[in-house]
Amino acid sequence: MPAFLQHLFTNYYETAAIILFGIGFTTLLMHRNLIKKIIGFNFMDSGLYLFLAAKGYIAGRLAPIITDGNADPSKYVNPIPTGLVLTGIVVSVSVTAFLLALTCRLYDRFHTLDLDEITHLVRKERD
Amino acid sequence: MTLFEGILLAFLIICAISVSVTRNLLASIIIFMGFSLIMSVLWLTLEAPDLAITEAAVGAGVTSLLFFATLKKIHAIKAEDAKREEDDSDEE
Amino acid sequence: MRSDGFLKSLVSFVENGSFREEDYTLSPAQKDALDTDIPENRWLLSVQHSEKPVSARLINWFSHKGVEVFNNLYRIASVFICVTLIGILLSVVSFLPSFGSAENPAVNEVVERYVSKAIQETGTTNAVAGMISAYRGFDTLGEAHVLFVAACSVIVLLRVDPSERKRGRRLNPDRVGGDMDYEPNSDLILRKTAKLLVPLAFIFGLYVILNGTSSPGGGFSGGAIMGAGLILHSVAFGFKRTERFFGDEMYHVIKTACLTVYALLMAYFIYMGANGWDDHVWLGNPGGIISGGLILPINIAVGFEVACTMYCFYALFRKGGL
Repeated sequence: MPAFLQHLFTNYYETAAIILFGIGFTTLLMHRNLIKKIIGFNFMDSGLYLFLAAKGYIAGRLAPIITDGNADPSKYVNPIPTGLVLTGIVVSVSVTAFLLALTCRLYDRFHTLDLDEITHLVRKERD
Repeated sequence: MTLFEGILLAFLIICAISVSVTRNLLASIIIFMGFSLIMSVLWLTLEAPDLAITEAAVGAGVTSLLFFATLKKIHAIKAEDAKREEDDSDEE
Repeated sequence: MRSDGFLKSLVSFVENGSFREEDYTLSPAQKDALDTDIPENRWLLSVQHSEKPVSARLINWFSHKGVEVFNNLYRIASVFICVTLIGILLSVVSFLPSFGSAENPAVNEVVERYVSKAIQETGTTNAVAGMISAYRGFDTLGEAHVLFVAACSVIVLLRVDPSERKRGRRLNPDRVGGDMDYEPNSDLILRKTAKLLVPLAFIFGLYVILNGTSSPGGGFSGGAIMGAGLILHSVAFGFKRTERFFGDEMYHVIKTACLTVYALLMAYFIYMGANGWDDHVWLGNPGGIISGGLILPINIAVGFEVACTMYCFYALFRKGGL
């Protein structure tokens, strides 16, 4: 097995996260339906979070909850990525709600979710 | 890599691809819900239980509910039901 | 002067999509009228075809087939771009330090400090809770404000005035935002299940919030669970019954009060810390419910705020108001 693939196999969480990011980006670019685009956006989010959390994991260590007053740092995994991702998840749900509200307003106005049709209708209205 | 993690990660990617392929909006949102649940199990395997609780409540619960409410609002669920009934009657 | 004419034709090309195409084309009716048996007419048709400038023919082709071809090209290009992106990123991943190793450069003295001093400095046994609400509290304050701003913008986008709602429904029943009438009112299975699950969801949410300093959880996750309980209540019993204990005013009071409390506590923290003074907060006994000093009230405030925001999102999407 070439070294490149072997490294990828060692970093399998990161590999899966990057592939997820790519699939989300493809969904965002390829689909014309706004809801599909938002789901793709969420996939990109999840890929990033998985990447961050995987960087914080250390094999054989426990979650950073100190038991028995034993605060030895070499017993626990890295808590910083967890905190960052916690922030990220809550922000991503707010962004999703905002995007969905915008989608509702667009549907209210143009009665379609197809981005091409919406662009067409906007151009027609402008002329 | 344990077998469990491998299966979960493979499932994650399969879910993502099938959302991109499915034409039915309702189905794609349900798949997205399953995706979030798998993510929350993965957080547990990465020793991040805080994230697992948050993802299960926010990602699988509230985000999917918001998607469903949007579909209801834009009458996509009703339209798809009507379309399916039409298809069924065509087959008969 | 020549360039002027060239510019004019360019402008007409951009605006009309052709160089005066009508000079070269016959209408289909005219074409059909021509008798192709006569050689002169055949010549006319061929000239018609060949004398059309390349640009006009291209434009013609694009206006008919172009959109389809462009869509296909766009798809191929987007997949190609994404595959390239994945390839580049994967090649970067192959150079990263291997997964799960303790020699990862991300594991540095900051992490050591956060874990080893968590009990003395913040009074929490859950290092993540100590980190996000004490060491990096400013960040989390910003996060709570992001939630607040998101709820505000969704209100701006989707709120329907109550009086308008009634009138608008009468005038236009299909109007988006007026589906309060579609509520099912007698779903037996849903109601019985909700009667069991709603109190459980509330208690579990409160448990997660209160134990946020000593076990996994905290304000955000507990708040989301409580918000899910509220949503379940309104799904099962209807908006009217939820409005009895959680209406518009209640929402505004809870939300503003929680955010203000959070901001004040954080301001106290930051003011004392910036001046290097002792903040005189009793840290409690680590591992119990009363622990973590100011982190417990902060968790409670954040929890209620998140619960309100989650329910607010749902209610605005369903009926355009709280």
